[in-house]
Amino acid sequence: MSTISRDEVARVAVLARIDLRPEELDRLAGELDVIVDAIAQVSEVATPDVPATSHPLPLTNVFRDDVPVPPLPVEDVLAAAPASEDGRFSVPQILGEE
Amino acid sequence: MSAHATVDLVDYDEAVRRYDPVIGIEVHVELGTKTKMFCAAEVEFGGEPNTQVTPVSLGLPGALPVVNGKAVEYAIKIGLALNCQIAESCRFARKNYFYPDVPKNFQTSQYDEPIAFDGYLDVELEDGTIFRVDIERAHMEEDAGKNTHVGGATGRIHGAEYSLVDYNRAGIPLVEIVTRPITGAGERAPEVARAYVQTLRDIFRALDVSEARMERGNVRADVNLSLRATPESPLGTRTETKNVNSFRSIERAVRYEVSRQAAVLDEGGTVIQETRHWHEDTSVTTAGRVKSDAEDYRYFPEPDLVPVAPSRDWVEQIRATLPELPVARRNRLQGEWGYADAEMRDVVNAGALDLIEATVAAGASPAAARKWWMGELARYAKTSDTEIAEIAVTPAQIAQLQALVDSGRINDKLARQVLEGVLAGEGDPEAVVVARGLEVVSDDGALLEAIDAALAAQPDIVEKVRSGNMGPIGAIIGAVMKATKGQADAGRVRELVIERIG
Repeated sequence: MSTISRDEVARVAVLARIDLRPEELDRLAGELDVIVDAIAQVSEVATPDVPATSHPLPLTNVFRDDVPVPPLPVEDVLAAAPASEDGRFSVPQILGEE
Repeated sequence: MSAHATVDLVDYDEAVRRYDPVIGIEVHVELGTKTKMFCAAEVEFGGEPNTQVTPVSLGLPGALPVVNGKAVEYAIKIGLALNCQIAESCRFARKNYFYPDVPKNFQTSQYDEPIAFDGYLDVELEDGTIFRVDIERAHMEEDAGKNTHVGGATGRIHGAEYSLVDYNRAGIPLVEIVTRPITGAGERAPEVARAYVQTLRDIFRALDVSEARMERGNVRADVNLSLRATPESPLGTRTETKNVNSFRSIERAVRYEVSRQAAVLDEGGTVIQETRHWHEDTSVTTAGRVKSDAEDYRYFPEPDLVPVAPSRDWVEQIRATLPELPVARRNRLQGEWGYADAEMRDVVNAGALDLIEATVAAGASPAAARKWWMGELARYAKTSDTEIAEIAVTPAQIAQLQALVDSGRINDKLARQVLEGVLAGEGDPEAVVVARGLEVVSDDGALLEAIDAALAAQPDIVEKVRSGNMGPIGAIIGAVMKATKGQADAGRVRELVIERIG
């Protein structure tokens, strides 16, 4: 049974800024289907006494004290920038919004 | 910008006669922690660009976030102060979108499990009415970096050739507080919106969880507004006006949207669900993004962070540390001081509450403290165009001034002269009394001298009084007061005059 449609793949691709060709949409719809089906099998074995969880670790409240550490040197920070100016990252013009 | 001129607006009063406004407000507050939400980069306002970042703030591959425990504590404090439930367990989620100020391509936020929910805030309006705003949720998230657009003629994004990004702000802890739809405010919707944000600001400060400075963007409001035909009608389509960052603008943005949407509806049009931008300079909103598919943020639970499950003990410990909140304090003080509602309101509106509290603490009676601050000093602030708290006189000095009056060393009239001296920088009231020689003349010898002189000058009055006509005695007392420059106790003068003549 197919749960992931071609349209859905196309929609998610747009949201994720991934440019897919038509044949890729078909192929990925099929592959994602297989993945979703595999995961769905987990629901079949899960009994009502197993709560849904997003985290497999039996941990909560992992906190850090509010104490500063030295930051990255600004040269290192900007080393990762395609371009920089005045200590800041220079990025292309942003369209579609005032 | 260019589109402004073509917008039809309905007069505000007319608009609220025909439509019922419903508002919803999202407030973001930057927490005053020393470090960021998910990494230990120091947070300090005004640092050089990109000098307060770590691999986590930059979203570098492999960087792992760790939650700042202090930020969780502050979020719980805010939740409790807003009468919210604190979640037994909650988690973070990724809000995915692409924008250069979000280096990870997602904002770490909370989605289906906020830390605090189902609260309310009682907001006092200018006339003293209490308006209850229901709070849907308060959740933790992180701030984005700061874009500066350069190269375009206007400096806005349109026409800009490129943008410069500073990630110092990226990752600063935020709490976002979301109201339920606020109904029933009617024509007072703008005032309610403003008072709500103002009350929140006061609470953030009282809790000491943020400096809460609007002008620095520590507190930012997004205002949702929709109109409906009557309070019984279903909710209309809303617009969301982003980043309205002063109290005055919040009020004006609501008014503007009411007038604009009323005009759209009057013409039989439909309001478009969209984001709008507030323009401080021209006091209008303009259309931004239309809410659409692009708004699908593909939220999912943050796999790099484990759930936050505040124990009930911890929550109760935090509750026990909550300071008295502004409205509760006001009510307590009003009870202690015995002020009428209107008196208390005037005091609060004049910004004199702290001053009067300090004056009372320094020994003055609440009535006397109010008399000074709301009378002579309020007038002085007004005529000198100063905030009352900025006047060059301290609550302790006012208490001392009143003590001088109470002990009879000066009378009310002299007290005003003493105050003039204090305001002129001549020192404490005590020092001014001595330096200006303003003490009430209580020495009978000095008074008698003045009385004898007055009697000698007006022998006809003396005759009348002797013959039992007490009427003209005022003229003698007046002459004595004049001779002593108001420093005599009029009652004592009268006694002495009668004795003298008698």
